[in-house]
Amino acid sequence: MSIVVRASVLLALAAPLCALAESSSELSQIRQAIEALKRDHEARLQALEARLRAAEASSTGASPRPSGTAPLAASPSPTPPGAAMPAPASPVPAASTGSFNPAMSVILSGLYTRTSRDPAGYAIAGFARTADAEAGPGTRGFSLAETELGLSAAVDPWLRGTVNLALGSDDSIAVEEAYLQTTALGHGLTLTAGRFKSAIGYLNSKHAHQWDFVDAPLAYQALLGGGDADDGVQLKWVVPTDTYVSLGMEAGRGKGFPGGGDSRNGLGRWALTAHLGGDWGDSHSWQAGLSVLQSKAVGQAWTLDGDLARAFTGRTRVWVADAVWTWAPQGNASRSSVKLQGEWLRAERRGEVADEAGGVFGLRSAPSGGYLQAVWQFMPRWRVGLRGDWLDPGSVDPATGMAWADTAFKPRRRTLMLDYSPSEFSRVRWQLAQDRARPGAADTQFQLQYQISLGAHGAHAY
Amino acid sequence: MTPYRIRIHSLVGFMAAAVLGASLPAQAALRVLACEPEWGALAQELGGPLVEAAVATTALQDPHQIQARPSLIARARNADLVACTGAELEAGWLPVLLQQSGNARIQPGQAGHFMAADFVRKLDVPAQLDRSQGDVHAAGNPHIQTDPRRIALVAAALSARLQQLAPAQAPELQRRGADFQQRWQQATERWTARATPLRGAAVVSQHRAFSYLYDWLGLKEVAVLEPKPGVEPGVAHLQSVLATLKATPARMTLVAAYQDTRASEWLTQRGGPPVVKLAFTVGGTEGAKDLFGLFDDTLSRLLAAAGPK
Repeated sequence: MSIVVRASVLLALAAPLCALAESSSELSQIRQAIEALKRDHEARLQALEARLRAAEASSTGASPRPSGTAPLAASPSPTPPGAAMPAPASPVPAASTGSFNPAMSVILSGLYTRTSRDPAGYAIAGFARTADAEAGPGTRGFSLAETELGLSAAVDPWLRGTVNLALGSDDSIAVEEAYLQTTALGHGLTLTAGRFKSAIGYLNSKHAHQWDFVDAPLAYQALLGGGDADDGVQLKWVVPTDTYVSLGMEAGRGKGFPGGGDSRNGLGRWALTAHLGGDWGDSHSWQAGLSVLQSKAVGQAWTLDGDLARAFTGRTRVWVADAVWTWAPQGNASRSSVKLQGEWLRAERRGEVADEAGGVFGLRSAPSGGYLQAVWQFMPRWRVGLRGDWLDPGSVDPATGMAWADTAFKPRRRTLMLDYSPSEFSRVRWQLAQDRARPGAADTQFQLQYQISLGAHGAHAY
Repeated sequence: MTPYRIRIHSLVGFMAAAVLGASLPAQAALRVLACEPEWGALAQELGGPLVEAAVATTALQDPHQIQARPSLIARARNADLVACTGAELEAGWLPVLLQQSGNARIQPGQAGHFMAADFVRKLDVPAQLDRSQGDVHAAGNPHIQTDPRRIALVAAALSARLQQLAPAQAPELQRRGADFQQRWQQATERWTARATPLRGAAVVSQHRAFSYLYDWLGLKEVAVLEPKPGVEPGVAHLQSVLATLKATPARMTLVAAYQDTRASEWLTQRGGPPVVKLAFTVGGTEGAKDLFGLFDDTLSRLLAAAGPK
């Protein structure tokens, strides 16, 4: 702007000069000089204006605007207040190459564990387990828990892609989730394809860092192998009602516990999920659900109470009922809040078990279990939680005449937790558990855990 | 075919039938899901009976920390428009709502996705992005609703958006938009004139929530109780604030309705300035029943606190 002022001052000064000039040649020389000066200044003015426009486009209203335009608007041509508004003012996007990178998040977690019984031989009594199922308090002493690495981005206007890798402390890399998800189907429909955590139950779709305790409930460990994730497709439909109703359907390979070993075409696993939810006033909200999952197993290697190895062929149908209730005064959870959560699982197994000696027995069993937990945030950043776990191996069909498990022993666990979150992105947790998953003396487990989150941390679901 | 496969097929059929049968009832009013009360109130002002606004949060809730509750997913699923602040204020919950809603109309880039902060110039844009600086917003301070001049700009953009979404009602929406702008312009002039005695007054804020109010009224923020955005003030930091206030005394400490007043009251007990609780948004106080009431009430409280001096 000062260039314009300077140019006009020069012009103004030049005018009386013209009058003083005596010869016409001198006059034309001066005229030419002024013309050159004008052209030069105009070119520089245009260049500066172009630079200003470019700067405005790249930083959305970040820099103060030159006087003359509306100082509060971010859009290049704000609609004047009170006037007719023809086209919608469109925001200027922040343009930088980095904005096309996927959002990346890393969860770091470490543990110190102290147990009164050796965790090496940990097994939930009366429950069959496979090698890939996760159970028990892990190793004693210091250990690095799973490091979660998550990447997520919009693929195009119709799809979103997400990958979550779990880097184990033993230098292994596991693809926990890798899926694409539609964003533009509309009508409340979302289609997911790839590897994803099943929507059954409440806790199943949550990542370990979203749990309120260090470990998964016993029922999840015993009946779902720690949690169910599968390769397949999922279709979810949010019903157009004021109360939240979400119905889901999943079909997949069924490679992990409780399924596995099926090499045929077709579905190794399917699941149906239904969830309801809503609010009671400003302070309360709730969600409840019922899901069923069926997995096929072919020659699934079982270890049972350290006994002989067996191979199971058949199907397991797992029913999950879940309910969650949260309370916060006026819905403001920053000061205090309460969360009650409970799930009940029942696995119906039908099939055949082959033992090492070559004998084949028919099997019908229905182990079940559940947990109930309460977490209370009693002051900002501090929470205390209590959890009760129970399991019932269930009765074995007497027709088969099998007595392969001690069905009289009912595993139990009680857990007390205290955690402190210095910020939204960090947490320290103390946990004390009395674990009666094995017969004999109770295993007293003390765990100290830290969890921190780096990078773009995604929003969490209810 | 095994029995369970038959069952799967029939279930697929059932789901498909349910989906196809669920043609949305033809509703005249545009369904707006506002993330914060101010945008719900604004949409209602601009649309009147043509708009049916639901609000995801109340004035007593911290808009940074809301859970993507099932009820909100249900509302997002049925919304024609989500009207939110943007500038990462809802980063902790809005993406989940959008993703789980299965509603294509309200996804980013669609006409049904309206972020108010996109339409105004933002303050407190951080020069450096680092979480060691607390819960910083890369796009700048998102609490734009404390400045009526910025609300006017958002209103113009929102009215245009409503007209775009409901072309049949565009003339009526345009008339309503123009009418609101006129009333708002007059009210803003009245408020600005009323607030003249506040110009230059030194104040303390609990959270950096009122930058736009200060920008509008010419208030001077001499201290912030939160050492970093979103970090609870500790005693050591409050002591340093107290020391700052000894050198540069302030007239009042401003706290939003949803915030805890303990830290600011601690300061008052030790000779700090009096605490003034502001509505911050529609519904935060008794007087802030609508957008006009919000600023009437805010100014009354500010003037009452500054009055005796």
